[in-house]
Amino acid sequence: MSPAEQYVAFITILRKEVKRYTRIWPQTLLPSAITMSLYFVIFGSLIGSRIGEMGGFTYMEFVVPGLIMMAIVTNSYSNVVSSFFGSKFSHSVEELLVSPTPSYVILMGYVLGGVSRGLLVAIIVTLVSLFFTRLHIHSYAIVIVVVLMTSMLFALAGFINAVYANSFDDISIVPTFVLTPLIYLGGVFYSMDLLPDFWAGVSKLNPLVYVVNAFRYGVLGVSDVSLTFAFSMIGGFTLVAFFYSLHLLRSGKRLRQ
Amino acid sequence: MIPALSIENLSKSYDNGFEALKGISLEVKQGDFFALLGPNGAGKSTTIGVLCSLVAKTAGKVAVFGIDIDDDFPAAKKCIGIVPQEFNFNHFEKVLDIVINQAGFYGLPAGIARQRAEKYLRELGLWDKRDVSARMLSGGMKRRLMIARALVHEPKLLILDEPTAGVDIEMRRSMWDFLKKINAAGTTIILTTHYLEEAEALCRNIAIINHGKIVENTSVRSLLKRLQREVFIFDTIDELPEQIPVQGFVARRKDEHSMEIEVEKGQHINEVFAQLDAAGIKVSSMRNRANRLEEMFVNLVEGGA
Repeated sequence: MSPAEQYVAFITILRKEVKRYTRIWPQTLLPSAITMSLYFVIFGSLIGSRIGEMGGFTYMEFVVPGLIMMAIVTNSYSNVVSSFFGSKFSHSVEELLVSPTPSYVILMGYVLGGVSRGLLVAIIVTLVSLFFTRLHIHSYAIVIVVVLMTSMLFALAGFINAVYANSFDDISIVPTFVLTPLIYLGGVFYSMDLLPDFWAGVSKLNPLVYVVNAFRYGVLGVSDVSLTFAFSMIGGFTLVAFFYSLHLLRSGKRLRQ
Repeated sequence: MIPALSIENLSKSYDNGFEALKGISLEVKQGDFFALLGPNGAGKSTTIGVLCSLVAKTAGKVAVFGIDIDDDFPAAKKCIGIVPQEFNFNHFEKVLDIVINQAGFYGLPAGIARQRAEKYLRELGLWDKRDVSARMLSGGMKRRLMIARALVHEPKLLILDEPTAGVDIEMRRSMWDFLKKINAAGTTIILTTHYLEEAEALCRNIAIINHGKIVENTSVRSLLKRLQREVFIFDTIDELPEQIPVQGFVARRKDEHSMEIEVEKGQHINEVFAQLDAAGIKVSSMRNRANRLEEMFVNLVEGGA
């Protein structure tokens, strides 16, 4: 395929993905807005007012970046895992596999579909947060880069989950038993300074700690971890996930016989 | 002329050790209407799976219009349109979107994709359903949708795996007419079917595959010429006696007004009529007990021919 044809194929996959999640927006976009509003009300306003300052900010200001990042992570992941597994389950993925579209174009189409949903939900949640707090952005560049890298990383993770999944149960196991605990223990609601040294050390094995803190640095200008190390971790995981996903597609594992 | 499809010693073994294809070779000429027949599990769908990259071959060479799939599979794929046996589209997408998206996967710009989608959906009688979710279509419409989708990039080789399974007779006939039309326009067609009447009506050449091997590869005409025996059913106006008054043929009385008569190669059916006429038995109709190709097919796959 020529580069122009590959671009057409990529746009087709991306458009299809965007159409899919916008068509079922009450299932894909609305829940995050409602859930995050509840978090803002309960943790930010009601409980947060009793907690006082965290890391030099009001508790509401402190949790907002983590909650936005939580929405990005869960949405970019669940978009790709449900869409790609759905197309595998219905065999409609064969439409792509029999076509001359290169594997990396297929992968980028699905991943950018997940990224776009992550970004859209991030915008929605950010707008909702403005009803509860004033948002100061410390560095727009860092915010944009972290959001893009994180949504890409978790979209890729969703793709890998979808390839290995054999049933709809399999696509909910990882978000429920892996992703959610990692998010809750990733410093969304607390600063690492509150943890004893041992648990602070254990927390540094959690990739979500770097994602949340890098984003919090972009918004508030403070982080519990080194920014360089955080970017290295996110970038490294993204590259590994990308090449592993590409390998899965090219080898046809669980997709071709 | 370069063949539309050339397969040499194609093998496929699955991880569990099952050999689905045992070194098959066949060639399909450009412009041909070719039937690939075989019982369930014979290897037809595996062969098609290899051609469209859904099945990885174990050994052998496959070339589509001279393009070796090991050298440039994407270029080979551009020449092929696939209509699979199972419905493999997103049932929640609109009919028009399914066809336009497929065009996009082949790199066709949006304008051309839309024109082609309209052309083929109109030709297949689905244009009125373009904004309907695919799940709302009848079985026959879903099959036609898959044909429109396979044709949208205008492939030189169209492969149809059981395209008329579960389709009513009227719809089947109209699909036959459509396939004949696109074949006459130059598209090479390979068809697998369980309806041997379909293969006889549409195809010029035929390969029969059984247990992963090609057991016959010839023209439909020459295959039928080799038929050693045909069984005809005669319906009579007059009541038939217990002993059928036909000498020199194996004849069986089915009921008062019908009988089966076996006609061996070299015998003439006129003799049957002459003897019945002499006995004062009038025939109201006559038909083959089974499709002629079906007789041959059964002989071949059961090793009797």
